[in-house]
Amino acid sequence: MMTGVADDEDKWLAAGIAGLQQNAFYMHRAMDTNNLRDALKYSAQMLSELRTSKLSPHKYYELYMRAFDEMRKLEMFFKEETRRGCSIVDLYELVQHAGNILPRLYLLCTVGSVYIKSKEAPAKDILKDLVEMCRGIQHPLRGLFLRSYLSQLSRDKLPDIGSEYEGDADTITDAVEFVLQNFTEMNKLWVRMQHQGPAREKEKREKERSELRDLVGKNLHVLSQIEGIDLDMYKDTVLPRVLEQVVNCKDEIAQYYLMDCIIQVFPDEYHLQTLEVLLGAFPQLQASVDIKTVLSQLMERLASYAALSSEVLPEFLQVEAFSKLNSAIGKVIEAQPDMPVVGAVTLYSSLLKFSLHVHPDRLDYADQVLGSCVKQLSGKGKIEDSKATKQIVALLSAPLEKYNNVVTALKLSNYPRVMEYLDNETNKVMATVIIQSIMKNNTRILTADKVEALFELIKGLINDLDETLHDEVDEDDFKEEQNSVARLIQMLYNEDPEEMFKIICVVKKHILTGGPKRLSFTVPPLVFSSLKLVRQLQGQDENPFGDEESTSTKKIFQLLNQIVEALSSIPAPDLALRLYLQCAEAANDCDLEPVAYEFFTQAYIIYEEEISDSRAQVTAMHLIIGTLQRMHVFGVENRDTLTHKTTGYSAKLLKKPDQCRAVYACSHLFWVDDQDNLKDGERVMLCLKRALRIANAAQQMSNATRGSTGSVMLFVEILNKYIYFFEKGNPQITVASIQSLMELITTEMQSDTTTQDPAADAFFASTLRYIQFQKQKGGAISEKYGTIKVSDS
Amino acid sequence: MNFLIGAFKPPCTISISFADGRTRKQVPLKKDNGQTVMVPLFESQESIIGEVVVEPLQGKKVEHIGVKIELLGQIELYFDRGNFYDFTSLVRELDVPGELYEGKTYPFEFSTVEMPYESYNGVNVRLRYILKATISRNIVSNIVESQDFVVRNYTPLPPINNSIKMEVGIEDCLHIEFEYNKSKYHLKDVIIGKIYFLLVRIKIKNMELEIRRRESTGSGHNTYVETETLAKFELMDGAPVRGESIPIRLFLSPYELTPTYRNINNKFSVKYYLNLVLVDEEDRRYFKQQEMTVYRLLETP
Repeated sequence: MMTGVADDEDKWLAAGIAGLQQNAFYMHRAMDTNNLRDALKYSAQMLSELRTSKLSPHKYYELYMRAFDEMRKLEMFFKEETRRGCSIVDLYELVQHAGNILPRLYLLCTVGSVYIKSKEAPAKDILKDLVEMCRGIQHPLRGLFLRSYLSQLSRDKLPDIGSEYEGDADTITDAVEFVLQNFTEMNKLWVRMQHQGPAREKEKREKERSELRDLVGKNLHVLSQIEGIDLDMYKDTVLPRVLEQVVNCKDEIAQYYLMDCIIQVFPDEYHLQTLEVLLGAFPQLQASVDIKTVLSQLMERLASYAALSSEVLPEFLQVEAFSKLNSAIGKVIEAQPDMPVVGAVTLYSSLLKFSLHVHPDRLDYADQVLGSCVKQLSGKGKIEDSKATKQIVALLSAPLEKYNNVVTALKLSNYPRVMEYLDNETNKVMATVIIQSIMKNNTRILTADKVEALFELIKGLINDLDETLHDEVDEDDFKEEQNSVARLIQMLYNEDPEEMFKIICVVKKHILTGGPKRLSFTVPPLVFSSLKLVRQLQGQDENPFGDEESTSTKKIFQLLNQIVEALSSIPAPDLALRLYLQCAEAANDCDLEPVAYEFFTQAYIIYEEEISDSRAQVTAMHLIIGTLQRMHVFGVENRDTLTHKTTGYSAKLLKKPDQCRAVYACSHLFWVDDQDNLKDGERVMLCLKRALRIANAAQQMSNATRGSTGSVMLFVEILNKYIYFFEKGNPQITVASIQSLMELITTEMQSDTTTQDPAADAFFASTLRYIQFQKQKGGAISEKYGTIKVSDS
Repeated sequence: MNFLIGAFKPPCTISISFADGRTRKQVPLKKDNGQTVMVPLFESQESIIGEVVVEPLQGKKVEHIGVKIELLGQIELYFDRGNFYDFTSLVRELDVPGELYEGKTYPFEFSTVEMPYESYNGVNVRLRYILKATISRNIVSNIVESQDFVVRNYTPLPPINNSIKMEVGIEDCLHIEFEYNKSKYHLKDVIIGKIYFLLVRIKIKNMELEIRRRESTGSGHNTYVETETLAKFELMDGAPVRGESIPIRLFLSPYELTPTYRNINNKFSVKYYLNLVLVDEEDRRYFKQQEMTVYRLLETP
């Protein structure tokens, strides 16, 4: 049935417009013939169309605007009439003879406007009369529009200071009084609108009311435009009067809108100087008013006002803006026990931003805000409301954005306490934000205390806050998070080893609680961080730990052992192996043989017990060989044990080519260039020969299973080892042995059963070229190579 | 009725003129036949001076047994139409019996005439003043000519003029207090006042102020009361809430009022009332009527 109503309304509007136009026509005719009496008669009839009660505010406005245009013409006519000798005073009386009040008052305002311009009476008297007479319209809609008309006509005729209508000493009071009175009356009418009509149309009415709010707010705008209102005037008269009306009207829509209006239209400087009064009004507002938005606006404005120029900052201090705002927020929350959490949090978030902008040096303020916030949140448990959560994130992000330094945030003792109220998901988001801030700003976190605090903050990422439901987490997100934690661990650094050690301990404590899924991300960075410290200590002459240096590096290694060990719970044998080897190398550099040995042992154990995949075994084997080769700390016995094990493992690899490669790699374990006691040519030769055997076996196996003897690649590789050791001066490697290997390869390559392998061919060809090159280079090397014959095949 | 009877045309014309006819203020007067004519305006204690001109028709002589002029103040009640009650009757003999052959002019003067009542044209009653010139004749009827004039009497500002203040209401429903700044208003006056709403529990649609005239004629069983509403002036549009005050400003000049006539020769009275009417949304009317005294203010130049 709504469409029916709308249709009817259109009809009524059309009828109203028609009536209005008809009378306007006669009015024009009367004006053209200077017939005042008829002009008044028809204008009154025209204005009678505005007496309708059938139109919604929207449609009524349309009608009003048409009448408004006509009234401009009538005003011109009145002005001409007075020029033709008609007394304005008489005219002012004459229009009041109209029997219907609404046309009468429209006419009165119109003549009043001419009257003021004529200056035959003080503007203030006329205005006062008009605003008083308008009381006759108690119908909200019609009254609002009438008074809006008055406001419109009078705004350039106020007896403002400096205006041509300026009156005696109190002229400004008169101007203000007029606007205030009109404002008050309009607001009353506006508020009263909600009681018009049946209760079931409340929602529609509120919508309609909202459409009208600017009519009321306009008055505040006019007030703000009055030149003569100085701070004192604003403080003593304007603000208290406006607030009185706002508070007393007890209407949600009006209070919200008007408070916002006050904040928007008057200068920030005034707000600052009247903060106490302004804030005093907030707790008195209706409980349903959305105070948080308004108050946040105010704080934002003040903050940007402070940002505008540093000259105004002392004012903020002088008026104690912060403490006033803080206590006001407390009172508002107290006054509105039903305020949702989001409200309180938004308020504190705004206050925090304000404090950060205005008093960046007062970290205690920020902490105070967070503290108040915690107080509000306490007893409410985790926050479920997503809006509130968002606000808390904003609240917590503010200090990070402002200071670009997490260290500052870490000083805020209440910071983590606020975070506790976030749900797990958001907690993680917040933690990520913190880490990103650290990354972006390259923040150095120097002490263990701070690290402790930091990890307290980001514990959402460090461990599962509750045990349930982590399979819901998106795998990519999780990786992202953990990677950022890993990066963070890398950032923690202090040049002072003692402190650094503490930091490592703290980090370790936290990450070990992270559970298997996280450890693979967090352990490596910590290990490397620790190793970095080890290297640092090792490089230092002076011993920061006093005489017990070795104990201290040992301590680190013990720690490392525990850390890597933790990986076994995942399990992540590949990673653990690598890390053990890294540790072993570091221990080697520190000359800690037993430690290095222990690490190797661990690595071997992992190899034996946990690495079962053959490909992984190959990789692991080469890693072990590589690491072991560089070890110099071991005594003969230990080294023998380890190399023996290694060659043993190598020969036991599954695939022949892998075996072969691992074995010839092992040859290096017996020949370390810079260590004379580690040049065992015989055992090198043994390894190489064994490799050759395996290569042969591989060829035969291939022949047997596939009918072709695979590639000669392995032989070429072994040939290269030969050449290497030949150059290094291993006496076991003779020209003949090289020569025969080369021949073997050539034969193999020409054999029908050999699979063609261009890569092997090329490798061999370039190996031959190398030999050729060495031969021609001259000097000792050439001499050595001299007897090797290279066929030109 | 006293003239033009019979087939004979009167042998002469009579005209009455005022000495200060050119300068004296003229006011409109509605005659019996509905026409409006302009007639001179007098007030009590003024002297009425003028002349009667008798002009016999060509070649006719007029025999008469005397010429006189009368000043009559008459009240005519319409239920008794045609019967005039003369509350004032002054006579000046202008000529002794004789014959008239040619035009003759008779000056006359009624000095400082007491005319206590104003001319009034009401619904059921008329009060008028006339000058009546009569040429009395034997056998044939008298030749009569009359001239209306209007009397208005001015009153100085009343020394005491209290405001009208009143609190009225319907229990638990509507309670208002209203105030008119005076109880006595002159004809061009303006009523200033205020209405305070102390309690509003009905849905008021609007409020108006009426000016009502109560004309009461006759006496005893023959009393006729006629009430007219002369003005309906809307004071308020819409429903006020408790605590509102609505201003009243009503200019009386656009309305055709007369002064209040309390008791005119025991024949009639005219009184004025201010009627405050509140109309609710169901068009029920709540009203309170208050008498106001209207007077004609002596305009000080």
